[in-house]
Amino acid sequence: MIELLTQPWSWWFSGAMIAAIMFFLLFFGQSFGFSSNLRTICSAAGLGKTNKFFDFNWRSQMWNLVFLIGAILGGFLTKQFLSTDAPVQIAQSTIEDLSRLGIGAPESLQPAEIFGLEAMLSLKGFMILAFGGLMVGFGSRYAGGCTSGHAISGLSDLQIPSLIAVIGFFAGGLIMTFLILPLIF
Amino acid sequence: MKFIKFLLLGIVFGIVMTKSEAVSWFRIQEMFRFQAFHMYGIIGTAVTLGVSGVALIKKFKIRDYQGNPIVFSPKDKSVSRYLLGGSIFGLGWALSGACPGPMVVNVGYGYWAMAIVFFFALVGTYLYGVVKNKLPH
Repeated sequence: MIELLTQPWSWWFSGAMIAAIMFFLLFFGQSFGFSSNLRTICSAAGLGKTNKFFDFNWRSQMWNLVFLIGAILGGFLTKQFLSTDAPVQIAQSTIEDLSRLGIGAPESLQPAEIFGLEAMLSLKGFMILAFGGLMVGFGSRYAGGCTSGHAISGLSDLQIPSLIAVIGFFAGGLIMTFLILPLIF
Repeated sequence: MKFIKFLLLGIVFGIVMTKSEAVSWFRIQEMFRFQAFHMYGIIGTAVTLGVSGVALIKKFKIRDYQGNPIVFSPKDKSVSRYLLGGSIFGLGWALSGACPGPMVVNVGYGYWAMAIVFFFALVGTYLYGVVKNKLPH
């Protein structure tokens, strides 16, 4: 059993689990949308005093902050008990494409060239992390949701706005992948 | 105590995202390069089950655990905000290889660099609040 859990999980089981999480949240009177936490944290930090967008009763979103804490714990527990830290088995064609950018084949979950200590403490590496985060934070609030809110919750409810947002996610992602990443790396 | 269930769901979410490798920058690159089915399989399965389940909730007017109706509020009609906001999000997703959920899961896993990404996602959210009224919505 444990051996089964420590291996990477199949796409169908993982997808089904994500749908289950969404349904449990609905059953508990909430909805699945992770990026709202970013706005909630800004509000909890007192930024509502200077900006009306963050002036709301953030305590009503406490359940989602607790979900966020759980997500951190989930990552921690996986590392401690369910991980073999084996290299991610990505496609050979992806390995070849990434090697042209100077990113080596996977040795664990993440590339050391981006998330390693050395990269993180270099100016270029820091800028990559900072701009990546900045665009995710800005874009998710502008679009009114992220992958969970739009691609999972919104599409499940057949919402056209969510479909447009997901098209946007891919437009941005393809521009970054094929046009900008070759300039950065 | 009423928050315990959300903590447990969060933990399950963190484990699923890690074990499915959806938190990996490599997997996101593989997805945007259309070189594997993996990420499409995950999202596709979730959405297929999601669409069926939501339809059932609506058809049978299923209620939540407290007996309140489960309501789905339609999102505001617009094209520009979803397309522009979504594209900016996508640029960041492909660069950092993580959307907001996977960022914190990565921090829990021990990738401290993701804490920087998450901090700047907060900054980005704040910046949106600042310039919000000047943007097309």
